[in-house]
Amino acid sequence: MSKYYLNYLDELESEAIFILREVWAQFQNPVILFSGGKDSILVTHLAKKAFYPAKIPFPLMHVDTGHNFPETIQFRDDVVKELGVNLIVGSVQESIDEGRVAEEKGKSATRNALQITTLLDAIESNKIDCAIGGGRRDEEKARAKERFFSHRDDFGQWDPKNQRPELWNIFNGKHFQGEHFRAFPISNWTEMDVWNYIKRENISIPSLYFAHEREVVKRLGTWIPNSEFLILEDHEEVVTKKIRFRTLGDITITGGDESEADTLEKIATEVAGMRNTERGNRSDDKRSESAMEDRKRQGYF
Amino acid sequence: MLDNNQLLRFTTAGSVDDGKSTLIGRLLYDSKSIFEDQLAAIESTSKKKGHEGVDLALFTDGLRDEREQGITIDVAYRYFTTPKRKFIIADTPGHIQYTRNMVTGASTANVATILIDARHGVIEQTKRHAFIASLLQIPHIIVCVNKMDLVDFSEEVFNKIVAEFEEISSKMLVKDVRYIPMSALLGDNVVNRSGNMPWFQGAPMLHTLETMHISSDINKVDARFPVQTVIRPQNESHRDYRGYAGRVSSGVLRPGDEITVMPSGFTSTIKTINLFEESLEEAHAPMSVSITLEDDIDISRGDMIVRSRNKPEASQDIEVMLCWLNNTSAKPRAKYTIKHTSNDQKAMIKEVVYKIDINTLERVNDSELNMNDICKVKIRTTKPLMIDSYRENRTTGSIILVDDTTNETVAAGMIV
Repeated sequence: MSKYYLNYLDELESEAIFILREVWAQFQNPVILFSGGKDSILVTHLAKKAFYPAKIPFPLMHVDTGHNFPETIQFRDDVVKELGVNLIVGSVQESIDEGRVAEEKGKSATRNALQITTLLDAIESNKIDCAIGGGRRDEEKARAKERFFSHRDDFGQWDPKNQRPELWNIFNGKHFQGEHFRAFPISNWTEMDVWNYIKRENISIPSLYFAHEREVVKRLGTWIPNSEFLILEDHEEVVTKKIRFRTLGDITITGGDESEADTLEKIATEVAGMRNTERGNRSDDKRSESAMEDRKRQGYF
Repeated sequence: MLDNNQLLRFTTAGSVDDGKSTLIGRLLYDSKSIFEDQLAAIESTSKKKGHEGVDLALFTDGLRDEREQGITIDVAYRYFTTPKRKFIIADTPGHIQYTRNMVTGASTANVATILIDARHGVIEQTKRHAFIASLLQIPHIIVCVNKMDLVDFSEEVFNKIVAEFEEISSKMLVKDVRYIPMSALLGDNVVNRSGNMPWFQGAPMLHTLETMHISSDINKVDARFPVQTVIRPQNESHRDYRGYAGRVSSGVLRPGDEITVMPSGFTSTIKTINLFEESLEEAHAPMSVSITLEDDIDISRGDMIVRSRNKPEASQDIEVMLCWLNNTSAKPRAKYTIKHTSNDQKAMIKEVVYKIDINTLERVNDSELNMNDICKVKIRTTKPLMIDSYRENRTTGSIILVDDTTNETVAAGMIV
């Protein structure tokens, strides 16, 4: 008997491709939410595989907080050019200028929560009925309850207690006008799976994930990059360290780890030995025990 | 090292008191799948709540309401990896009012774990969990006889529970049942072998999960390929390419195979099977591929490519074991959208043949379908579906019903 089974990475890949094709078949106007982080890069790579030899049939949508790592924006533009897809940008700065949202105040102010309005506005104005995201269930406890096809009401809100059951491989994307869906093709991947797959497929990722020298400040136990947006406290000191980032969010809230891992091989080995979760360095999740759930209910990624 | 590793999905069903959350916490903790910041978070919560030591059960807390009420409401998914396998746990609540969540979690599982409190033995809930596992045709069951520390690790107690379970499971369709005496609280026989039960010759739970043979659970005989979408690139290099994209449900497909497209009945031969830039010599479940054919025939989403010598049944009248999932009850002779593989049709529930009393497992005469009810029904569809029985094929044997007035998924069914 020959071995008719898949290894776990092939099975995860196959599942994600299946989901992406279901999205394409069931929705009129889907987009991939592209942040320039490894998870959205992975989703984009899987979409390339799912529709080959046709090009990816979805535009990429980026919610631009204005507080970006310059490397991320460069990377995003390169990907768009290489794939020949459209890019939709929702700008948090514009939402602020138009008075749709107000900047948070205080020293730990970020634009993280402001993205929700910009995202929902962009979804509405572009008539998007499904936004494909790189969310994973292992990231956070509220995300552990997320469906592959996740319904959002006409206010963009998630109701975690009233979700549609998902059985077998049958996905129900039916919705009324004004409602939309979020689809999460890599729900079942862990951080380690993502790195093992990126390594196997040799997918290019922003240089920020590799160990590099950078000016940083120690804050809340992590190395926050120095940038024009960072307001320094009196006791804080800017130092240069060799660090890498495990996740990429806004430059104001993403902490780096000291690391020597400058190849995909070394990163995978390092991640395998990690003793803290990947979002542990994300101050946006640390605000309260249900910080993610609360944001997700309102329409966050 | 991880290259030939398989993915194993298992479900846990249990209620507040039988130690399910503790078992999952123990499995993750002892297999070193819990991170330090997670541990620190639950250490502080344990302290806040006045618990002694670290309450491993807190790892499985999810939504705010669940934390506040101390129960699992929804299916939660958890992940861990050992050098041998990657695991996905579908953690489901065990109470009768959550039957639908158990059914959901069970639908994709390779293995069901059923928890029994050693002090109480087989109770109604155990029967219900075993029944759901057999209804959903989960190929393997692990019966975890937990809290052995509270019965002095007694072999006699364990043997008695095994006998009780054998008696109920002999009436159900379950193929492979294993029994493990354990104490999730103390860690006996979860990841590490227990020193307290030298009389137990079997392996601890993790080892059992790591070594269980699951490859033969997939149907390799009946080739079924539901078409999800058609790939037609509008570019120079692939002007004439027309690929049928989908995921192999069962069986094996190879270039050169003679195929029939259902329901049209057109026949052709497989030209190529592709995954991205690769051309494959064969495709089997659950691979996502695209297939090209020698002939230019009309195929679209909802069609199914099958081997010409082995076809599913095309039928408008199907008998289904249905689990009602929604708090709006079924309306008599109401019409629903039925979703079966990539095919959507309209359907009507013509008749409720019988309902199953989920506690006694007896058939009762009752035609009302309320949330969590399990019953046998006759359904009529507007156009034929290409079906296999659920027992032979989990993908082409399953359906869901969608209420067109709310768009909600209201029922899940297994074709008899």
